[in-house]
Amino acid sequence: MVVGLEVHVHLLTKTKLFCPCSTEFGATPNANTCPVCLALPGALPVLNEAAVRLAARAAYALGCTVHEDSVFARKNYFYPDLPKGYQISQFDRPLATDGRLALEDGADEARSVRIHRVHMEEDAGKSVHDRYAGSTAIDLNRSGTPLIEIVSEPDLRSAADAGAFLRRLKQILEYTEVSDANMEEGSLRVDANISTRGPGASTLGTKTEIKNMNSFSGVERALEVEFARQCALLERGERVVQQTMLWDAGSGTVRPARSKEESHDYRYFPEPDLPPLRLTREWLASVRTDLPELPAARRQRFVESFSLPAYDADVLTATRDLADYFEAVVASGAEAKVAANWVMGEVLARLKDAGIGIRELAARPAQLGVLLAMVRDGAVSHSAAKAIFAQMAKTGEDPAVIADREGLRQVGDDSQLSAWIDGVLAAHPDEAGRFLAGEKKLQGVLVGMVMKASGGKADPKKVNQLLAGRVAT
Amino acid sequence: MAVSEFDVRHVAQLARLAIDPARLPSLVQELNGILGHMEALGAVETSPETGDGRLETTAAGLRSDEGPPIPLAAARETFAPQMADGFFLVPRLATHEDLGSRSP
Amino acid sequence: MSLSARETADGVRSGQRTTRSVVEEVFRRADEVGAGKDGLNIVLHEDREASLREADLRDGKSGASYLVNPNARPLKGVPVYVKDNIATTTLRTTCGSRILADYVSPYDATVVARLRKAGALIVGKTNMDEFAMGSSTENSAYGPTKNPIDPTRVPGGSSGGSAAAVASGMVRIALGSETGGSVRQPASFCGIVGVKPTYGRVSRYGLVAFASSLDQVGVFGRTVDDAALGLQAIAGPDPRDATSSPIEPQAYHAAQHDSLEGLVIGRPREYFPDSLDPRIRDICDQAIERLKSLGAEVCDVSLPHTSLAIPVYYIVAPAEASSNLARFDGVRYGLRLSGDGLEGMYEATRSNGFGPEVTRRILLGTYVLSAGYYDAYYRKAMAIRGLIRRDFEQVFAAGVHVLLTPTAPTTAFKLGAISDPYEMYMSDIFTATANLAGIPGMSVPAGAVEGLPVGVQFLASHFDEYRMFVAAYALERAIAGGAV
Repeated sequence: MVVGLEVHVHLLTKTKLFCPCSTEFGATPNANTCPVCLALPGALPVLNEAAVRLAARAAYALGCTVHEDSVFARKNYFYPDLPKGYQISQFDRPLATDGRLALEDGADEARSVRIHRVHMEEDAGKSVHDRYAGSTAIDLNRSGTPLIEIVSEPDLRSAADAGAFLRRLKQILEYTEVSDANMEEGSLRVDANISTRGPGASTLGTKTEIKNMNSFSGVERALEVEFARQCALLERGERVVQQTMLWDAGSGTVRPARSKEESHDYRYFPEPDLPPLRLTREWLASVRTDLPELPAARRQRFVESFSLPAYDADVLTATRDLADYFEAVVASGAEAKVAANWVMGEVLARLKDAGIGIRELAARPAQLGVLLAMVRDGAVSHSAAKAIFAQMAKTGEDPAVIADREGLRQVGDDSQLSAWIDGVLAAHPDEAGRFLAGEKKLQGVLVGMVMKASGGKADPKKVNQLLAGRVAT
Repeated sequence: MAVSEFDVRHVAQLARLAIDPARLPSLVQELNGILGHMEALGAVETSPETGDGRLETTAAGLRSDEGPPIPLAAARETFAPQMADGFFLVPRLATHEDLGSRSP
Repeated sequence: MSLSARETADGVRSGQRTTRSVVEEVFRRADEVGAGKDGLNIVLHEDREASLREADLRDGKSGASYLVNPNARPLKGVPVYVKDNIATTTLRTTCGSRILADYVSPYDATVVARLRKAGALIVGKTNMDEFAMGSSTENSAYGPTKNPIDPTRVPGGSSGGSAAAVASGMVRIALGSETGGSVRQPASFCGIVGVKPTYGRVSRYGLVAFASSLDQVGVFGRTVDDAALGLQAIAGPDPRDATSSPIEPQAYHAAQHDSLEGLVIGRPREYFPDSLDPRIRDICDQAIERLKSLGAEVCDVSLPHTSLAIPVYYIVAPAEASSNLARFDGVRYGLRLSGDGLEGMYEATRSNGFGPEVTRRILLGTYVLSAGYYDAYYRKAMAIRGLIRRDFEQVFAAGVHVLLTPTAPTTAFKLGAISDPYEMYMSDIFTATANLAGIPGMSVPAGAVEGLPVGVQFLASHFDEYRMFVAAYALERAIAGGAV
């Protein structure tokens, strides 16, 4: 299997690529349109600087060379949701070229995918086909939304690698705050080119393009299905026909697009309404300097600075917000591995249950730090701490407040503990006698009885110490 | 390079223009007449150093990422051929089920 | 209009005249000359009642600050006609095409907004070759405009309506647009002044695009000063046009000098071929003598790639046009005719909406951009465009300030006289070069042949309209004074 991906990503700008219309989602049809994105006669595009900045940032994060000079071009074709009759894109002079994305940290080049190019373009509008009988309805709110297209070289060799590539790409785009990169919501779209090369064959087979996937796992499944189809064709001695295939997630099948095979002749030429894009070295340097720490670097730092296992580093750096949260917990004094366990355990469980993001979690990292200090100091038991966190996570109250109100503090006071121990020994003279006579294995049973008698509040460590002391005397 | 009837039909299709078959021969002749004058260009030496002919502009050409949107003095309904619920309506595309809501 | 634009603005500002009286005079004169469809067919759209109401409104609220500060409203009360490919919210914008027959723009072009801000009133929209494709205003879907000087002849084009409005005395200032000579050539044919500014000098926002890299709004004036005033009002950077220049405009009216001492005028030999009508050559030479007598230095120069301008132009302009006119698809505005499904709608709308010349150029432009032909035509033409531009840069770098050439190879021709497309294209032979190079140019009346006006053209370096106006003011004054 030989796979190359073309990924379209919406950029997180407030306004469109060539006009000051809002890019916000969900407005009434065509409410976010103006002379420019309606392509009214006489309207002209003016390039959004923030879009260029985000595109350059993404390109740098992918290790590309960002060019000081690039050129916008018109891609001409008729489609009712393409108002100008051409899409403003970049063609022979793209913004950036020659990047690389590693599929594994620290792996050699064989486990990385070359990025052919990153270019900027505008999105089209939306066509709604099933709402009005005999008509297609056009909503141009999305028309002119800024996109980058990221084109990989055909370096992927399995569906799983394609999935890994996409997940890593999404992570980078989120870290750099370039895009939401949400495939389900359409802010990231993937087209896959796939061909099949027999063992030992050196030339690429005929490729097909698969479209219409709406999740990363959908991309993986579609690649598997199309690969199987191509293999079956070749085994029967038939040829693979170069065509566009559409993935149907419902049936798990691909089928050829029925679009009229009019030879696409896009008649690209340099966009005369926009001067060539000229970026100064200083501007590019500032974009590069402003790049945040990228996921791979952060994973490595978590392993090295916090002595975390690679697995933990991977989970904790899944999103920039989660990693920030974890680091803030550590900064507030918690031991790294303890903090990691808590964030990966209680925190992620809470997010999953509540269906929220880390930013919406009521318990702030410093509060979690306080709670972990209370556990360390024996002020609360581990199990009480879990109960406290469950409340903090909902209310944002301080852990001490919850511990006091709910009576969850541990009792470590010797006289109180001794009284509980005395009570237990008196109530169970048989076990008490054998224990005091040296039958040490009974200590655990007795601790359990003391814990029960205390209503769970006794500090088990201290109870153990005191019980052991009784034998010694 | 002479233009044929096939070329003109192809180009007309790309441009979404219907050409009356009766008009086709004269159109081919006219276009060839015009293009014949363009042959002079082929004789001129040009090289990459000649440049791409684009005008140098002193324009910065970038805008900042902010509104307000450019207002419309009249509602879209006043100039649109057909609208419903804010949508522009067009005759339904024959191949719509293939491409979903995406352009080709 | 007997008063100059400056006198009109002064008169309204001082209260000697009302805006209403000025506008009434426009319409009276329009009726006198027969500006309507059955006459010279100059005006496509107007709303006289609305214009008079607007005039009354202006007269009612003459702010005191404008009385003392002429800079605030340099065109106060000045009526202006605007070519019908410039977007106006108050009147239709049809581009002389059926495909926009009923279209009213929901926004004003930047130049229109600037004219209004300067105090001018838009009194009507003028006839033009459909989408500015033509050199005679015969390609309008609404019938040809006739030359006020001889109604059996064309006014030139494509801005023929605006040229005729000024030439017939309806107004002193009108806006046109230039892609290859569409202001200068009709100015020459109609005996008035026509200016094409440097590419980027005037905003194109709201000018319906024909060929984006060549288009520029231009100004007609009865006199050089009228044109200077008009240009001053619309020139300058516009954040809505990425190709407009941040360079601030010069003060064109200040270009009136008694002496031309120090001004170097070039006479490019390629613009005076042996085939040039000797009467037009004589008029140019006379103009040169007049400028010399005012102290200008004149030298012969060469622009070797001039003869390639028309072939280059007729590749680049149709190519861009084929793309620019794709938006007229019947989906969001303008004409829609039904056909078989969506594709049928596209074809019915576009085939019926565009006239023959527009269709021809769309086909030509689509062809030169299509796969397999791009390098031989478009890329090649653009490279040679660079050579044409370099010719000018070298001449200007050598110390020449202004070039003097004939504006057009002929005087106004008879309606219907030219049927071969390429022969019509040759009408732009001396003007298209300035659009290709992006430099400013203007036509100034300099004489007549058999009663038909002949203009001479001044060309200058990028953003140096000022020196061009220096020469133009001087020539105009010298001709008026009768001195050679």
